[in-house]
Amino acid sequence: MASIPEPAAPGASLPDAAGHFGRFGGRFVAETLMAPLEALTAAYERYLRDPEFLAELDRDLAHYVGRPTPLYHAERWSRRLGGARIYLKREDLTHTGAHKINNTVGQALLARRMGKTRVIAETGAGQHGVATATVAARLGMRCVVYMGEVDVERQQINVYRMRLLGAEVVPVRSGSRTLKDALNEALRDWVTNVDDTFYVIGTVAGPHPYPAMVRDFQAVIGREARRQILEAEGRLPDALVACVGGGSNAIGLFHPFLADREVALWGVEGAGEGIETGRHAAPLCAGRSGVLHGNRTYLLQDADGQILETHSISAGLDYPGVGPEHAWLKESGRARYVAVTDEEALEAFHDLTRTEGILPALESSHALAWAMRLARELGRDGLIVVNLSGRGDKDVHTVARREGIRL
Amino acid sequence: MNRIDRRFRELRAAGRALVPYLTAGDPDPALTVTLMHALVEAGADLIELGVPFSDPMADGPVIQAACERALANGMTLRRTLELVARFRERDAGTPVVLMGYLNPIEAMGYEAFAHAAAEAGADAALTVDMPPEEGAGLGAALHAHGLHAVYLLAPTTTEARARRICEAAGGFVYYVSLKGVTGAASLDTAEVARRVAAIRRVTELPIGVGFGIRDGASAARVARIADAVIVGSALVRRIAEAGPAGAEAAARSLVGELRAAMDEAVARGAAGAG
Repeated sequence: MASIPEPAAPGASLPDAAGHFGRFGGRFVAETLMAPLEALTAAYERYLRDPEFLAELDRDLAHYVGRPTPLYHAERWSRRLGGARIYLKREDLTHTGAHKINNTVGQALLARRMGKTRVIAETGAGQHGVATATVAARLGMRCVVYMGEVDVERQQINVYRMRLLGAEVVPVRSGSRTLKDALNEALRDWVTNVDDTFYVIGTVAGPHPYPAMVRDFQAVIGREARRQILEAEGRLPDALVACVGGGSNAIGLFHPFLADREVALWGVEGAGEGIETGRHAAPLCAGRSGVLHGNRTYLLQDADGQILETHSISAGLDYPGVGPEHAWLKESGRARYVAVTDEEALEAFHDLTRTEGILPALESSHALAWAMRLARELGRDGLIVVNLSGRGDKDVHTVARREGIRL
Repeated sequence: MNRIDRRFRELRAAGRALVPYLTAGDPDPALTVTLMHALVEAGADLIELGVPFSDPMADGPVIQAACERALANGMTLRRTLELVARFRERDAGTPVVLMGYLNPIEAMGYEAFAHAAAEAGADAALTVDMPPEEGAGLGAALHAHGLHAVYLLAPTTTEARARRICEAAGGFVYYVSLKGVTGAASLDTAEVARRVAAIRRVTELPIGVGFGIRDGASAARVARIADAVIVGSALVRRIAEAGPAGAEAAARSLVGELRAAMDEAVARGAAGAG
């Protein structure tokens, strides 16, 4: 299992040396962070070519994370929808229950190689925080997780999980007290503690090299899926579907297929209560280009360039920006981005749970909702792979509350 | 000639520049111009006017709170420029540096921003999250309108980078005296002196030092080392604590204290040298 994605298509070799994906990406940070980012870039470029590092990563992915994850033919669900055959890439079956661990395992190994003794992370729903606290526990590193106060209140189980794992969870009380503010606070910590601290970013956003590095750690999803679908069906799928918050599970699935022009790539954002209401989390569908958190990308912002608050039933999609590679894939036309509402996602959540006995995360349910529509359009000869990026156990409270049930 | 260049030329023999920072629109947009005049009367040589942003990633809690108050008061980049224009009605000489984050400038457009900032009477822009690698476009627009792009140097900046940054910079360079956010712990004077000496070897631009200066004593220590002393969080905190009614008096009092301490330090240094 080779861990370096081969440059497969024009654009697959992006970003350029300065971290640009076309006009997106780059490195927009305060001067203090420029030197540590250069050091991180050098380490990342070195170790992703180091056979010893890659062997260690592959071992951890196999024996700790539980890879490869299955590519499961959701036969009953496909039949019920009456259209294309749908396969689910089961990232929900990884250790800690979501794809986030693929990246934190990689970054933690890198942190150790760089001699860092402390890791920090931002988290929204808590999945990336749990995945970071998990690898920090395993490597004996100190771990601090920044989490918006609003998210701390609505994700108490994950907060306690992180504390059980030995992490310090710091509630962030500034701004909108959600994920974007947690990211601001993590950047402030990093700028203060650059000497001993490694910042584990959870998605394909942030300053270069994070969008490229996180993608490379997540691309294992697409490499496995490509091999598995060829084994199962003898051909490539017509479409890949993945949800997009920051966009790491989507890039991880898409990237090894970029050169396969016949494979349509669909990224699904959170339309919240509907794009037209303004209460959503869909920067690619309804935002404008701007600069936030170290990169140029699509953002939800007002006319003055102030960042707007987002709304999604899924905390993991509740972010006003998106990874710069997605911005580029949108502009280049290689991938298409759509949005589904909270209601549609919930419908897909129930539908899959009842017909397949799989409880999907609300994030992943957005991808499932779009796949339902696509399956009908493609018809019986169609073939779809959906990234089931995480399991829905963490969302049981949210779903129950929404339906007026007290647990 | 840009007002910043003129001001540093005037000062070079006589003393050090005192550069207080205010967030535009905090605590009240109606007070900002009054506060700017008060700063000058109390001894400020340049003013850094903060453009509020929703996500001030490089700022500590004091300036974060100031940004939130200013935004809640309806402050925007355009309104900040209107305040600069009103300040200019009564003060043609004191340079104004706009300090903030890139996205509001991106939203307005580089050319439109540079044009509007020059019209308003601003003299430079310091964009915290835009290193020179990404700054060519905005730098060219500012330059075309006679404005400087001011850049930060940090304790982590290598000499090669410092050289490159100073080549892109105009007006002065701003040395961030510690690893951290604005308003963080106190600074290490000996280390700052070493770093400032190293920067002098790569540029003839005046060097300002900021972060960690909070009172007369720390301002005096920095005045012996640098060409400009920049004070942000300490002033913003005083203004916030005083409330709108007492803001002007509080600003005058702190800036007056800093001015006196810096002048005394410089005079004593000159006497010691003589």
